[in-house]
Amino acid sequence: MMAAIICVISIVAFLQFFVSYCRSILATSRKVQLSDRVREVAGIASENVAAEDFQRLLQLVRLCPERGDDQTEIRAVGTYYGFLHVIGRACSSIIPRIAAWSERERQNCSYFAAVALDRRISYSRDLLTQQAGDRF
Amino acid sequence: MLGPLDYAIWSVGFLMEIYVVVCSLFRRDFFRYIPLNIYMLAVALVTWGQYHFIHVYGLKSQNYFYYYYYSDTLLCILMYLVIIHFYEQVFREMKVSRYIRGAAALLLAATAFFSYMVVHQNKDHLTTRFVVELEQNTNFVVVVLTYLLWGAILKLRETRTRLIQLVLALGVAFSATAGSYALRNLFPEAYMLRWVPPLMGVWLPLAWAYTFTKVPEDSRLAPARLMARAR
Repeated sequence: MMAAIICVISIVAFLQFFVSYCRSILATSRKVQLSDRVREVAGIASENVAAEDFQRLLQLVRLCPERGDDQTEIRAVGTYYGFLHVIGRACSSIIPRIAAWSERERQNCSYFAAVALDRRISYSRDLLTQQAGDRF
Repeated sequence: MLGPLDYAIWSVGFLMEIYVVVCSLFRRDFFRYIPLNIYMLAVALVTWGQYHFIHVYGLKSQNYFYYYYYSDTLLCILMYLVIIHFYEQVFREMKVSRYIRGAAALLLAATAFFSYMVVHQNKDHLTTRFVVELEQNTNFVVVVLTYLLWGAILKLRETRTRLIQLVLALGVAFSATAGSYALRNLFPEAYMLRWVPPLMGVWLPLAWAYTFTKVPEDSRLAPARLMARAR
């Protein structure tokens, strides 16, 4: 009986801590404005980034040279996105409010991926400029 | 026998624990987060001890069994000190450190007394089930303390991103660990659950290392934005 109570409370606490932790990572990227360059590259027209664009944006991120300092957060947000995707699908017909929340959260994940792409593009350009400078 | 994955998890965990301490030393945060750093050093020492025990006595030996579970219980007590330190940070402006320390000492004494009574009553049959139960309880106390701390952070509108992320990472690690021990208690045959504590052993130093590396001390965040609300 005791184990069952501890189990339920721990799972609920885990979900709350995990969601809040991922949101704390996403919150830092929400403060960043996307550049016109990344909007053009990723084909982002509106202010928000579509939830479904996450995987496509991640593929673009992987095409850019690694900065070496963003892998952990990209993986954490990727896990969070997967978790939200499962929640959204499971709740789409049963609890529409949760499904809508999951959609908004996935949009934030996509925005985060767009910011990561923006940073990597800037990094690639810096590398190119540096190489061109070394050549001359 | 341990497989390559076990060694990989072990090595990454050990390296991350050392990294957290080195990183906070380089960033001159060692004394600001001294209980956390002592805890990380203790975890690294225990990890090294586990490696030693496995190679000298073997994975299935009673020596390793007792070393693993009881060193983990001692680490849990050190973790109480880390959480008390976080409480002091959150309630710093209210100048209630004295009361927090008093309450912490009382809680520690109560936990020690309760554990002593449980061990005393079960001294003739310190079985795997009993040890798993003890682990489940000590980890659960950490979860409850962290959850109350998280509630205090939200209530007092604590904005320090670093402190928020350190506390949340702690909550993720211990709630997953306590939950997995409780599930193991309910379903002793569920082998996959044995992977949760070592994975969380990697997660905690990894998340703390990330926070110390990427989040500056003066970074601020509105904690209300972190609460998930379905509208």
